[in-house]
Amino acid sequence: MLLTGSMLTARDASHKLIVEALVNKADLPFDFDGQTIYYTGPTPVRPGHIVGSAGPTTSGRMDKYTPLLLEQGVKCMIGKGRRSAEVKQAMLKHHAVYLAAVGGAGVLLSHTIRRIAPVAYPELGTEAVFRLEVEDFPAVVINDIYGGDLYDTGKAHYRTK
Amino acid sequence: MPVCQDTGTAVVFLELGQEVHIVGGDLTDAVNQGVKRGYDAGYLRKSMVTRPFSARENTRDNTPAVIHTEIVPGANLRIRVLPKGGGAENCSRLTVLPPSRGHEGIVEYVVNLVDECGCNACPPLIIGVGIGGTSEQTMLLAKKSLLRKIGAHNTDPEIKGLEKKILDEVNSLGTGPMGYGGSVTALAVHIEVFPAHIASLPVAVNMQCWCSRHREALL
Repeated sequence: MLLTGSMLTARDASHKLIVEALVNKADLPFDFDGQTIYYTGPTPVRPGHIVGSAGPTTSGRMDKYTPLLLEQGVKCMIGKGRRSAEVKQAMLKHHAVYLAAVGGAGVLLSHTIRRIAPVAYPELGTEAVFRLEVEDFPAVVINDIYGGDLYDTGKAHYRTK
Repeated sequence: MPVCQDTGTAVVFLELGQEVHIVGGDLTDAVNQGVKRGYDAGYLRKSMVTRPFSARENTRDNTPAVIHTEIVPGANLRIRVLPKGGGAENCSRLTVLPPSRGHEGIVEYVVNLVDECGCNACPPLIIGVGIGGTSEQTMLLAKKSLLRKIGAHNTDPEIKGLEKKILDEVNSLGTGPMGYGGSVTALAVHIEVFPAHIASLPVAVNMQCWCSRHREALL
């Protein structure tokens, strides 16, 4: 798929802070409803560029925090690597999807980012929450709303062991 | 711009010739200064945190480097830098097999590990394997093996055979590039070996992602 629109970046450190804020019923500077979260920590921006290299990080590390974010209305997550059974169940329950972007294709993906704006936790540097506006961001559907998992079906198709 | 945004932990291998005398400061400091300068000048990501068990506060300059130093004959300093990304590094594993498990135990261990978490390490992988030594040495052997030219085999025919066997079995798993499914899950298996204790068969795996970045300089 080629995605055009808005997404929030978040990874390990910001997920921990977000969930702490939700559990403590503290205010968050953004609304999750209908949002897409992209698990990334970009490299610093060179002068004359909009953003640094911005490929996906391994999603599984955010699994612990994800069911709660799905309850807040997150509809799409983009990263790489498998999600846990618990996350997959939560995705089915909340009609959310999980997409993968190619790990290591950070430059290619950065070329699809038209705008980046800081949203929360600037002290986290690369791990801060940013809002990205993207155009034709390439991603592959891993977990759809019907319970499909490309990591299972793709592998099974080619497995000869 | 870095091809992958995870510009990794700076793993640095130093081969210090025993005739070399370093003057003007601390060698470790010099390496770390180089890492700081390089990660700044290259607009590379700062990915190191202190207190990894709790606060996880970013050091903001990608130091400290992880430095492995060997004293060797000669009058040169050979520096090899291997920025190691977290995704692949998180698939590192070590086991100590009963010696009776032999080839079969080693193949099974490595292949099962790739089956379980190879997807997260950004395949197609370069799989570093260490066999022998004591546990810290086994892990280091696996890491050092990643410095080889991709696909260069161990010169020992039996070990080369083991490299080929593991590669074939890994590529029959079906994981494929980025885990989307395919017949190329790994590009190479590199095995480094050291003698072991009569009671032990330690085996370490260190996976390298397809970006596989490393470079060397000789001073």
